[in-house]
Amino acid sequence: MSNIPSELKYASSHEWVRNEGDGTFTVGISEHAQELLGDMVFVELPEVGDEVDAGEDCAVAESVKAASDIYAPIGGEIIAINEDLEDAPETVNNDAYGDGWLFRIKASDESELENLLDAEGYANTIDED
Amino acid sequence: MTSKTVLHAKHLEANAKMVDFHGWEMPINYGSQIEEHNAVRTDAGMFDVSHMTIVDVKGEQAQAFLRKLVANDVAKLTVPGKALYTGMLNEQGGVIDDLIIYFFSETQYRLVVNSATREKDLAHMAKVSADFAVAVTERPEFAMIAVQGPNAKAKTATLLTAEQQAAVAGMKPFFGVQVGDLFIATTGYTGEDGYEIVVPNEQAADLWQQLLDAGVKPAGLGARDTLRLEAGMNLYGLDMDESVSPLAANMAWTIAWEPEDRDFIGRDVLVKQRADKSTDKLVGLVLEEKGVLRSGSKVIVEGGEGVITSGTFSPTLGFSVALARVPRSTGETAQVEMRKKLVNVKVVKPSFVRNGKSVL
Repeated sequence: MSNIPSELKYASSHEWVRNEGDGTFTVGISEHAQELLGDMVFVELPEVGDEVDAGEDCAVAESVKAASDIYAPIGGEIIAINEDLEDAPETVNNDAYGDGWLFRIKASDESELENLLDAEGYANTIDED
Repeated sequence: MTSKTVLHAKHLEANAKMVDFHGWEMPINYGSQIEEHNAVRTDAGMFDVSHMTIVDVKGEQAQAFLRKLVANDVAKLTVPGKALYTGMLNEQGGVIDDLIIYFFSETQYRLVVNSATREKDLAHMAKVSADFAVAVTERPEFAMIAVQGPNAKAKTATLLTAEQQAAVAGMKPFFGVQVGDLFIATTGYTGEDGYEIVVPNEQAADLWQQLLDAGVKPAGLGARDTLRLEAGMNLYGLDMDESVSPLAANMAWTIAWEPEDRDFIGRDVLVKQRADKSTDKLVGLVLEEKGVLRSGSKVIVEGGEGVITSGTFSPTLGFSVALARVPRSTGETAQVEMRKKLVNVKVVKPSFVRNGKSVL
């Protein structure tokens, strides 16, 4: 069973969301997702300033095995991206919930958070896989 | 029900992630495929290849049988232990399987064929051998470990007997020798120096442990695939199969056209294909921008289109490479359909890395 921190929210498409407490939210992919994908070789991120809708594909995580779309868990403006992943995509494998974060969104509607899963809910979706 | 090799427990001990590989439960990686890949390119790694099928061919007409069965000519083999890579073809000139044949004498050979094709290979060999005074015997009592990398031979040497060390010292590439309980061959599937070692099942786990203790890193099927692809070596089922001519699979060099009166299976079709240049060809593709070429993708070239047969990210090169079957008219560039857009790729000879270095 992979690590699913209880303080985060999750999308069923395996993204995690951390509330930074200032209207911004950091997004990454779960430990389970990086395990499924295997060694990451490229991460394509959105541009700072991009407006994204909840559920919109806005990044790509490409591993030795497959390319996988990353969906914005909530809508808003991209205010930061993790540029370190350009040279070190393996950080997503090594520290999925920390240095392997992908981008940060300024939420346009924080109530969209309610559509996401808590750790237990996400754990249940993985069990069903 | 999946089969397990005798090294299954050793893989679990090493925290392998196991997958079903054509009916065999095999390690795909032991944590990081890329680290395993790099270990083989820079030091020494080992693969459990016990799932592969070892077949011994013995008898008065062993040579005549193999000269019929495969496209290369075993009569070229005169030095005991020398090995030959070739394809076993059907009457339509398609590849039933690719294999390595070790020569011991004109009445004794060892074949190593793929595991995924085991049943049809054995059935085909049984059918063809019926006309010859020869015994074709599968050897499931042996396991096989491939030790590969620039330090593979030195690390292996530390656990060989003096007699074994003497027997393999200075052995040229593509040779094998039976010494004591081990059959040790200078063959492999990575483009690196090293050995493939055939060992009795009951000794395999001990040999694996000794290699581990000597500093050889376990490597899974994931690394095996990226290594062989960088080396430009075909994978059966992807780069060729029964519907593909060896001439369209970079295997022309494994066909012996002389002597002309040797009637190997598939010869008539190949002679015609060779004369009228009617087959596609297998090339290498290089993508130097972001993204990974994947098998099955469409390749657009001048005057036609082809298909990527194998594609991967190359850990050694830092970008993606692929093998592709394309029309003969293909020039030095092509476009690949990738995630709904077209990207430009370079067309090169189907070989990318040898002995740890780029050959591009």
